Amino acid sequence: MSRLLVLAAALAITTGAAFAHDSQLSDPQIAHIAYTAGQIDVDAAKLALAKTKNAEVRDFAELMARDHAAVNEKALSLVKRLNVKPEANGTSAGLTKQAAQAEKRLRKLSGAAFDRAYVANEIAYHRTVNQALSTALIPGAHNGELKALLESGLALFTAHQTHAEHLAQTVK
Amino acid sequence: MAPLPSRRSALLTIGGTIIALVRPARAEPRSHAVLIDKMKFGPMPSEVRVGDSISWINRDPVRHTATARDKSFDVDLPASTEGRCTVTRAGAVDIICRFHPGMTAKLAVLP
Repeated sequence: MSRLLVLAAALAITTGAAFAHDSQLSDPQIAHIAYTAGQIDVDAAKLALAKTKNAEVRDFAELMARDHAAVNEKALSLVKRLNVKPEANGTSAGLTKQAAQAEKRLRKLSGAAFDRAYVANEIAYHRTVNQALSTALIPGAHNGELKALLESGLALFTAHQTHAEHLAQTVK
Repeated sequence: MAPLPSRRSALLTIGGTIIALVRPARAEPRSHAVLIDKMKFGPMPSEVRVGDSISWINRDPVRHTATARDKSFDVDLPASTEGRCTVTRAGAVDIICRFHPGMTAKLAVLP
């Protein structure tokens, strides 16, 4: 299976419609997908901060907003230094579309129902992105510095996934 | 034969040397380093004594802390920075990152 198909399959777990049209991802496309994935989680965290009244969910959302913004800042300075222009592609468009649907669903909820749905979404979303990172984005990256940043991102997002799984036990 | 005061002085010198060998002066405080990379504390240094310092080197793109659970130190580590603390308490110290609950380590501090 090509890397792209693996990525599409990984994203399809929760995004369903996410697939790309090219046979191999380029570094500018990988950078765009990674940045988009980070920005989606920052936006989800902002929504949670506006809606939740649960202190633990708030702490988690603050961490997500800060960590993902920090990684994206590093990614931006890296692509600038490498003179790489992130390139929009079908996979990042699919992620954005699915995120918009998730946001619409979450906006309708409040209280404990929102907290549960937000945390469940965070678990599923991080799992999807981690699978994409390990099966497609990291193996597909050509530039060593981009690959290293994606590897740090995978370690971070894996820790976030575990964190969210523990949090889910307390927001039942 | 040497006069008595000299002999006494020599004996005192020898005695002092023996005492110095048996009980060496307190070693100078040492500096140690711990690397933080990919959401993990690297290996903890051995032979850390009270008064020594530890440099915490954060290689991750996100902010961490090196925090002693017993509150004896709490070092804020913004992304890609280093921070230093002095070790003040002997014993086994549990170390955590206040932001990332999966990051833990154990530091053994000698008196």
